[in-house]
Amino acid sequence: MDRVVPHFQEELEALQSRLLEMGGLAEERVRACIDALESRDLGVVAQVMGGDEPINQLHIEIDNRCFRLLALYQPMATDLRAIVSAVKINTDLERVGDLAVNIAEAAQRYTTHPPVKKLIDIPTMGTIAQTMLRDALDAYVRRDTALAHAVLNADDQLDALKTQVFRDLLTYMIKDPVTVEPALDLILISRHLERIGDHATNIAEDVIFMVSAQDVRHHPPATHERA
Amino acid sequence: MTTADRALPSLAGLAARPQSPAATNGAPKIESIGLNFYYGHTQALRDISVRLTPNVVTAFIGPSGCGKSTFLRTLNRMNDIIPGARVEGQVLIDGADIYAGGDVVELRRRVGMVFQKSNPFPKSIFENVAYGLRINKMTSSASELTGRVEESLKQAALWTEVKDRLHSSALALSGGQQQRLCIARALAVRPDILLMDEPASALDPIATQRIEELVYDLKKDYTIVIVTHNMQQAARVSDYTAFFWLGKLVEFDRTEKLFTAPAEQLTEDYVTGRFG
Repeated sequence: MDRVVPHFQEELEALQSRLLEMGGLAEERVRACIDALESRDLGVVAQVMGGDEPINQLHIEIDNRCFRLLALYQPMATDLRAIVSAVKINTDLERVGDLAVNIAEAAQRYTTHPPVKKLIDIPTMGTIAQTMLRDALDAYVRRDTALAHAVLNADDQLDALKTQVFRDLLTYMIKDPVTVEPALDLILISRHLERIGDHATNIAEDVIFMVSAQDVRHHPPATHERA
Repeated sequence: MTTADRALPSLAGLAARPQSPAATNGAPKIESIGLNFYYGHTQALRDISVRLTPNVVTAFIGPSGCGKSTFLRTLNRMNDIIPGARVEGQVLIDGADIYAGGDVVELRRRVGMVFQKSNPFPKSIFENVAYGLRINKMTSSASELTGRVEESLKQAALWTEVKDRLHSSALALSGGQQQRLCIARALAVRPDILLMDEPASALDPIATQRIEELVYDLKKDYTIVIVTHNMQQAARVSDYTAFFWLGKLVEFDRTEKLFTAPAEQLTEDYVTGRFG
């Protein structure tokens, strides 16, 4: 149904578009730093470390858009939930951008040492985290609560892999103390990827709230409906 | 194009829904049961059933012509004076049907009303507030009368502004002060219920804030029903909100719920500016 104030709709669509642009940048940076870790490509690592500015600019711009919409239009119902969710998703995406930088920094240190082992679980974690992030943003665009619930359920896999990575690397460190420093960087990277999953989970929770007005935060995983 | 011509969702099925939220358990102050209202052959209210809780503020919202003011005016029989007007169903106040007979003047003393445009009498500030007390012979001495006028002006948050000029003309007050004077006049006869029909729509933002603050303060002593076109005002001042459309009560719920997650698509469309 058409709105009485069409330009408010245009502003909401512009907000969504900018948020997606930011999500795309964040997702791309996660992908780039995991690829760089595997390929030991210091050039890409440096690009990720120095390339946070576009996300930071979008972070500020999106916040300003949200403040302006709240102040000028005093939105209600789905509009209010959409804008409040956008504020929160914006913060989550900015943190994902920061975590990509953290991963790149750890990757840079890691490449100064011989590889501890062939990387298997960490690239898997990278793929899961990217997928969660992409699905959360797709759920946002399509107002798809089933997909958002699927993101919530996927978080368990990341948590389990992080624990697995830690146990695995612990055995290497016990066997050979020379591996302690690079192994700690891998553990840190797995921790950062797990945090990216947490941010994707936050976004999915915001999508569910935005669409259905249901607050599913801080509920045990068993209560999430299966997608 | 009229509102009825717009491609809006059907009202079918709304009548079957419970029209009072669970939180209004307990004896209601006001209850309407199957209320229909007609202006001649035109039906303005359709099967309105709702229970309004004591000592809360209930806001009525909806587009022009939706029936919200008509419904407000049925609550103290103000529509009785309209030629050809007809009511079916019941309006209970403290459990008694106000359309089953009884003294209309006494009803309107118990159910006071404040209108969109302030309407002070061309008398002094004091006499405006004292008027209802005098004609109803509600005080037995001059000192009691003076005390009640002062009490009412204090309740209406006007006392400090007028205490030194009580015998000046009420017409010299600002618009916002005149409206608070009308509220003081309504409160002087100690009603249980205060009906307010867009009480701040003609006021500037500061005067509007004073009225809203007053409504918030008064609810501890009165049951307040307010009609407003300003949804933000309804959201700010009321505990419960009723949304009317085409003479139907579409949704009635806690204000916070109705403005953040309404149950009905029609309400959603209205509060997000998709029609109106």
